[in-house]
Amino acid sequence: MMHTADMLKVFGPYREDAIVIPGRGGRYWTEHTTRPNLDVPLGDPAMGGHAGFALGVALARPERKVILFDSEGDLLMSLGMLVTIAEQQPANFYHLLIDNGCYATTGGQPVPNADNIAYDVIARGAGYPRAFAFDELGQFSAQLPDILGKPGPVFVALKVAAEIENAPIGRRRRWQTRTRDQVVKDLRAELGLGA
Amino acid sequence: MNDAAVTALSPETVLGEMKKNGVTHVVWLPDSETNWLYLLMKAEPSLRLVGVSREGHACSIAAGLAVAGGKPLILIQNTGMMESGDSLRGWLLGLNIPVVLMVGYRGWTRHGVNQDSAATYTERFLMAFGINYYLVENDADAPRISIAFEETERTKRPVVVLVGDEYHGFNR
Repeated sequence: MMHTADMLKVFGPYREDAIVIPGRGGRYWTEHTTRPNLDVPLGDPAMGGHAGFALGVALARPERKVILFDSEGDLLMSLGMLVTIAEQQPANFYHLLIDNGCYATTGGQPVPNADNIAYDVIARGAGYPRAFAFDELGQFSAQLPDILGKPGPVFVALKVAAEIENAPIGRRRRWQTRTRDQVVKDLRAELGLGA
Repeated sequence: MNDAAVTALSPETVLGEMKKNGVTHVVWLPDSETNWLYLLMKAEPSLRLVGVSREGHACSIAAGLAVAGGKPLILIQNTGMMESGDSLRGWLLGLNIPVVLMVGYRGWTRHGVNQDSAATYTERFLMAFGINYYLVENDADAPRISIAFEETERTKRPVVVLVGDEYHGFNR
């Protein structure tokens, strides 16, 4: 079992100029990012859509790597997205799944069948040509350069410790410093696009 | 030539509107009447088709495409549009995405009594979300598609084109 913050710290040096969609890892990624204007921390516009959004970005910018930190609760809402991604075969798409086994922001209730799901197997069955699963930081760290060094789409399931939030939402630490509008504006400026 | 052929919205017309307005990706889930359009889109080199297995997925994909410089079109049926409510809210309205949704208007009729609840709730749904829409029934209405594209760019909001000829328009 690894911690999300440690996993993102390991990933940081390999980011280069990729677009990073940090999903529910966003609150930790802010401590490691070196290209914040290429980060797309959107919070949670509508649960279940992060993989689709990342796919759209990847299809629109095939020259640039897109790295998504999805979460298992999101993915379970949209498992059919995996077949769409697999069919599109975006070579620049790297789909990393943060799996803490539960709905951490609502008190830690387990996702359905949490202890028995093999997300890498599901991704491979959907048609991803490469899929991995790690529950230990050392293994992930050792294989990450090879994973990112080859074309996508690739799926990487990462079993992490649950960090459950029980404080009322209004009392939780706010880690986002930009509005969604500003995030989009900054990304488009980085990509040389208009407003 | 029968009445249906005279009044139909032709798939060639729809494809022409897509090209005229610079669509790069069609994010879609087939409904019962889009087979001819599918064949034309598939043969069109300027379009990339992105098939989804549930209509809500089209909203987040289109949002990503639009944010990163693409020009998506969503092509779905009214049933799926209603199923996509939260994705419409969060990914399209919430992120101010300029995208046209062409929506097959299942159950639409000008004659007699509506017998399909999909039609009953379609316009009510759009009004509830504050999404503007245009009805297109035949080729003569096709300029409304370009009007929808112009409006979505100007307002940075999704705009819907209801295809009210769904039951025979795309099949010949």
